[in-house]
Amino acid sequence: MIVGNRKPLEEILEMVKPYKKILLLGCNECITVCAAGGEREVGVLASELKLSRAKNGGEIEIKEHTLERQCDFEYIDQIKPFVDDYEAIVSMACGAGIQYTAERFPGKVVLPAINTTFLGVTLEQGVWSERCQGCGECILHLTGGICPVARCAKSLFNGPCGGSSNGKCEVNPDTPCAWQLIVDRLKELGQLENYEKIIEVKNWSTSRDGGPRTRVREDLRIPKDS
Amino acid sequence: MRLSYPTNVKVVKVPCTGRVDVLMVLKALESGVDGVYLAGCEIGDCHFLKGNLRAVKRIAYAKELLKEVGIEPERVEMYHIATSDGPRFAQVAKEMTEKIRALGPNPVKDKNKAFKA
Ligand code: SF4
Ligand code: SF4
Repeated sequence: MIVGNRKPLEEILEMVKPYKKILLLGCNECITVCAAGGEREVGVLASELKLSRAKNGGEIEIKEHTLERQCDFEYIDQIKPFVDDYEAIVSMACGAGIQYTAERFPGKVVLPAINTTFLGVTLEQGVWSERCQGCGECILHLTGGICPVARCAKSLFNGPCGGSSNGKCEVNPDTPCAWQLIVDRLKELGQLENYEKIIEVKNWSTSRDGGPRTRVREDLRIPKDS
Repeated sequence: MRLSYPTNVKVVKVPCTGRVDVLMVLKALESGVDGVYLAGCEIGDCHFLKGNLRAVKRIAYAKELLKEVGIEPERVEMYHIATSDGPRFAQVAKEMTEKIRALGPNPVKDKNKAFKA
């Protein structure tokens, strides 16, 4: 899932300073699961904003609304009937959702309440961890199912750097060295020969370096003239 | 045992302090109450095993949120009181009332016109 963090209240207060009527828009998917921008977090932020405004003698009207998703226009368009009653939208979706909401309502101010951080997993309730960087050309079959792009601080492809010690990464002693994990796993799988294979210089053009990416499935597209 | 405790303390019954969500605490303050405290069972005595432990963490989180807002975090507190301990219940009610009285009224209630009506 996409994992994000609620922005500090101070930052959000600064953004909403000019507005008295805001639409606080949550998202029911990834950002709900990572407890940053779902219905509950929308409730908490709304309450914090109201308390803060009231404390400082100001007023704020907030409509709390959580969409099924903010990355599909069919859902975003559900706010059409009432969006104009509000001066600004504060979105609690991931960066993709925030942008798509802004795209659907070009005349509306759309503000981010979330810092989107990574693609990851839930380690335990309340703890999330990064796993993938969407590089566009997966090599997990060579690395024992452990991603050197996302989990090695230097995204190394052919073994650890000199900073790997006692299984930990030199960048942070709490972070396991991805290459230690890879070698351990390859051993367990009896696939150490994979470690001998040289992974050639990666073509990063399938990743972010090639510019923003678009995926098309022609068979699924609905012809414009139909 | 007839014990008295301050009449300003309004009791909201929940099946377990584990039922209390951060939002409930915030909403109470939003509505103008001066403070909120949870009277949970003693640590290790939760009928639902971990309800009061969860409540401890949620109150800690609520305090963080209040700090962010600029409202005294001391307005929110967690207490552990055995179900049979009436005197302690009365004592905590007094203690919390005095603490809140020292802090003064909820700043939100003070400033928000809606509450003045
Ligand atoms: S808007 Fe973002 S958080 Fe919401 S479902 Fe889409 S990708 Fe996930
Ligand atoms: S190799 Fe690329 S696609 Fe595969 S997990 Fe790592 S970042 Fe994601």
